[in-house]
Amino acid sequence: MNRINKVLKEKKDILSIYFTAGYPSIDDTTEIIKQLDHSNVDMIEIGLPFSDPLADGPTIQESSTTALKNGMNTFKLFEQLKNIRAITDIPIIIMGYFNPILQYGVDNFCEDCKKTGVDGLIIPDLPIDVYLKHYEEIFKKQNLLNMFLITPQTSNDRIRLIDKISNGFIYMVSSSSITGTVKSFGEDQKKYFKRINDLKLKSSLLIGFGISNHNNFKEAINHSQGAIIGSAFIKFITQNGIYKISNFINEIRGKII
Amino acid sequence: MHKSYNVDSEGYYGDFGGAYIPEMMYSNINELKSKYLEISSQADFVKEFDDLLKKYVGRPTPLYFAKRLSQEYNSKIYLKREDLCHTGAHKINNTIGQILLAQRLGKTRIIAETGAGQHGVATATVCALMGIKCIIYMGEVDIKRQAPNVARMKMLGAKVKPAYSGSKTLKDATNEAIRDWINNPVDTHYIIGSVVGPHPYPDMVARFQSVIGLEVKTQLLEAEGKENPDYVVACVGGGSNAAGLFYPYLDDLKVNIICVEAAGMGVKTGKSAATSILGKEGIIHGSKTLLMQSQDGQITEPYSISAGLDYPGVGPMHANLFRSKRAEFISITDKKAMDWGLKLSRMEGIIPAIETSHAFGVLDKKKFMKKDILVFNCSGRGDKDLDTYIDYFKL
Repeated sequence: MNRINKVLKEKKDILSIYFTAGYPSIDDTTEIIKQLDHSNVDMIEIGLPFSDPLADGPTIQESSTTALKNGMNTFKLFEQLKNIRAITDIPIIIMGYFNPILQYGVDNFCEDCKKTGVDGLIIPDLPIDVYLKHYEEIFKKQNLLNMFLITPQTSNDRIRLIDKISNGFIYMVSSSSITGTVKSFGEDQKKYFKRINDLKLKSSLLIGFGISNHNNFKEAINHSQGAIIGSAFIKFITQNGIYKISNFINEIRGKII
Repeated sequence: MHKSYNVDSEGYYGDFGGAYIPEMMYSNINELKSKYLEISSQADFVKEFDDLLKKYVGRPTPLYFAKRLSQEYNSKIYLKREDLCHTGAHKINNTIGQILLAQRLGKTRIIAETGAGQHGVATATVCALMGIKCIIYMGEVDIKRQAPNVARMKMLGAKVKPAYSGSKTLKDATNEAIRDWINNPVDTHYIIGSVVGPHPYPDMVARFQSVIGLEVKTQLLEAEGKENPDYVVACVGGGSNAAGLFYPYLDDLKVNIICVEAAGMGVKTGKSAATSILGKEGIIHGSKTLLMQSQDGQITEPYSISAGLDYPGVGPMHANLFRSKRAEFISITDKKAMDWGLKLSRMEGIIPAIETSHAFGVLDKKKFMKKDILVFNCSGRGDKDLDTYIDYFKL
């Protein structure tokens, strides 16, 4: 069974952490994964940096710019992940915009994911119809799950379609926004969370965008199986370096240290 | 019968086009896709659009026979005078169309990106006309080099927001506008200024601009007794003025199409915006097209003295015209373009925008016959570029 499906089957209150590969320093990728493993996070999302990340707010944009300046690229990421399965069993998802993957070659990319032990992909600008027509087979061949996003604007019909073709979790974007810009969840969000839950989807839901502290983590897991944190984590390692990661994770989980 | 060079039902031009967008944009793009054709063909829309183009923009713009230029280059050269449109460029044809569409979609807030500022001014203008709130994203670098247009946008009541990311030019202004739209999906319409972006934008903008080519047909019939020239020539950044002129001629293979790109300092110098030569197939701003990028798929920073051509991609229609060899692509350096700006001013009494100046570079690169009829899109006037011209020529 794919590691993502195993976690989704066995765990609730899932915490998934996003970071940008090659940030703060180019060789931090494996150390960050090691630290996240020691901090007992449930899933890891590695951001493949892109020059023009349309769906991302300033924090992730800046981390991507720095990572690219550091010399990060797709080839290098797979190098860094070569022995990652000796370090951790946590599911690993690569989140990247489509153009760098297209240039690497979708076949090659998926093959290298499989080789290194990557379990799934989130490609925000790969449309569903193009995925189904051209890439679903390739992903499946390499046992890679593809996670789709939904937003408050996504219609129920479309959510049902996404549920049908999903084989991992559905990434529920908390509000209409780019990453890192939401302050707290209001009534509109709660209505939206309820609307989605009432659809009784087969897929697990993880909530992302705007989750930055214990309180909104708790709110998120009240309405879903887990939460994804990106911008707040990147801010934390920008300020505190990569060796105090467990402090951040404990705080989110509300553990007293 | 050959395949059409226009868009197909899926939003593609050959291999190019489509809508490679994050889910956050899906509802807006889907709404546009399902309604733009229906709305823009309704009688009240057509009437209001035509009326505004006539009485507000000043259409039809003249098709002017450039006598001295024709003599020097020994062929028949016509200029389609889009520089005479209200606000000084063709851009307003599209913004009029899109503001009418936005109103019918119930939108109350308009955003746009701009490079040279022409599209920003054209958007600010139609927003003032309709009393709708307007926010324009513009790269920090462009804000400096196109100061007169920034002032015009402010005068018209628009808010100009600088884009600080990346190369701080058109591509980055577009990114910021897209992010704004993601954050404001309900009340906002994004007026893209060129034939770029996800489907249906390239087709929608091309249709609103097609009035240029359609007028040429009528005007040429009057002047030469035939609708079709031998060549249509236009500068291409994203490609909207070119798309507008070429539109009715796309599938008429007897009409030769020439696209002129900005070579910047020269195509091999690393300071260029000649996408057809330097670009590879990929995704930019939600469209599969040709774009300048690193081997790793990172979008690279273009360069041109002209802010309106300083874009690392090209519209999917033009990418297909290039790949299918339907159009000939020529690139013109900063220097040649600047020289043409001065030459057109002194020979025909028309000061062109630097973008437009590039198109005329074709006359030095290609030999034409005496009987050949050439139609150039004189897409914009040079008022906004006077500082650049004056500095450059030390006038």
